[in-house]
Amino acid sequence: MQSAQTARTTPLQLALAWSFAGIPLLAGVIQTLLNAMKLFQ
Amino acid sequence: MTTTLDASGLPSRSLLSFLDREHTVARPGYSRWMVPPAALCVHLCIGQAYAFSVFNLPMTKLIGITQSAPGDWKLTELGWIFSIAMVFLGLSAAVFGRWVEEGGPRRAMFTAGIAWASAFLISALGVHLHNLWIIYFGYGVIGGCALGIGYISPVSTLMKWFPDRPGMATGMAIMGFGGGALIASPFSVWLMSKFASMTDVGVFGAFITLGCVYFLFMMVGSAIVRVPAPGWKPEGYVPPATATKLMTKNDVFVYQAIKTPQFWLIWIVLFCNTTAGIGVLGQASAMSQEMFPGHITAVAAAGLVGLMSLFNMGGRFSWASLSDFIGRKNTYFVYMVLGFALYVTVPYAGASGNVVLFVLCFLIIVSMYGGGFSTVPAYLRDMFGTRYVGAIHGILLTAWSMAGIAGPVLINYIREYNVTHGVPKAQAYNTTMYIMAGLLVVGFLANLCVRAVDKRHHMKDDDKASLEPARA
Repeated sequence: MQSAQTARTTPLQLALAWSFAGIPLLAGVIQTLLNAMKLFQ
Repeated sequence: MTTTLDASGLPSRSLLSFLDREHTVARPGYSRWMVPPAALCVHLCIGQAYAFSVFNLPMTKLIGITQSAPGDWKLTELGWIFSIAMVFLGLSAAVFGRWVEEGGPRRAMFTAGIAWASAFLISALGVHLHNLWIIYFGYGVIGGCALGIGYISPVSTLMKWFPDRPGMATGMAIMGFGGGALIASPFSVWLMSKFASMTDVGVFGAFITLGCVYFLFMMVGSAIVRVPAPGWKPEGYVPPATATKLMTKNDVFVYQAIKTPQFWLIWIVLFCNTTAGIGVLGQASAMSQEMFPGHITAVAAAGLVGLMSLFNMGGRFSWASLSDFIGRKNTYFVYMVLGFALYVTVPYAGASGNVVLFVLCFLIIVSMYGGGFSTVPAYLRDMFGTRYVGAIHGILLTAWSMAGIAGPVLINYIREYNVTHGVPKAQAYNTTMYIMAGLLVVGFLANLCVRAVDKRHHMKDDDKASLEPARA
């Protein structure tokens, strides 16, 4: 079992976790938006 | 990772004990905002399934390279890969739901990661040996199981971390499933272009790379996920003192839940919403070009499909978040009523040549299709409690598998029937739109019949004690 000591999450850990998942997603969204622009051309 | 020692000082559990639920309990100070990216790491990977079609055309030219040669696979044969995966998604979510719930999210995410990476590696072997049965097994069966287990793995954990906003929490994860295709589609095309040569279309190398990249992502997700300690509550959150009419404070055992009318009513609601959505999602390109010949070109139709995938993803987050404020039942009423109005408007938009109205209808429809998936876990939680919600959700996903067959069949066969009976192509989809609107009426009535679960289905204290491994 884990001890009951605290393990406070740092803002850096949060930023890293969100970037790890968020950057690829953002790249996908931008790429899709660029493709979607063809609808209005 | 921590190691438990027994009396002799040796590790008391297997090497994989770090996957156990008790080793994933968060220590004080752990931020609950670490859990959504963990869930996204899994859902963004398995969401690749929606982009699998980018491999279909290259896989028809594995022998001929520049064009299909005798012995190359046909598109119809390749179409089965996705269908098998979807069937196994529903089956595995239903069969392994209780195992996922009791073992905790890390074990489930880890297993899904191994299976998803294996699916690509086995498929790469199938491409190398040019044996389609190996791909049916690899991507269809093993990949389908990874989809089912991975899809439900973070759902109940997120709702336990966000009791104040369960819709938003599951919306974030399930949004990832919609977003996965947005990443996988261009990434796969890019990979194939890098691995392509005079003797190779690049599918083999792309499969190997995707397997490795997805394995890494899903392992990171399984490493950072945690379950809240028993009795944990968000700071400042005061749970409602009494259960509201449609929000229970009790738990219902998974196999007891499927004996309730509420489960099957919600199953019908999800089936109707998904069938209607899948029907237009899969055919949007062809439908838009046939309904607006000369106005919507093939290139513009591809743009529409891209825009629809963005609304599909965005709807998963925004509608589920809205359901935290207006309630789950009301949210489904919106899907059914607004959906009905939009489906009957599509033929009018086609007849009047109003492209803007047509596009608007489709975008809102597809956002509600996505919203239907992301709102349903919180609906189940309201009805059956949090304890077995992941397992119950798993069984409910059979509605998705069924809709995956019914939606395309309805739209394709009715269109075909109309065209062969002399209906102009521009109007060939009208009957389908009215049938989809009718399906939403059925969904509306089913949703209307949803009432609170009868007390006799609630778990008693002695039931809870005998099912201890599934503690919160």
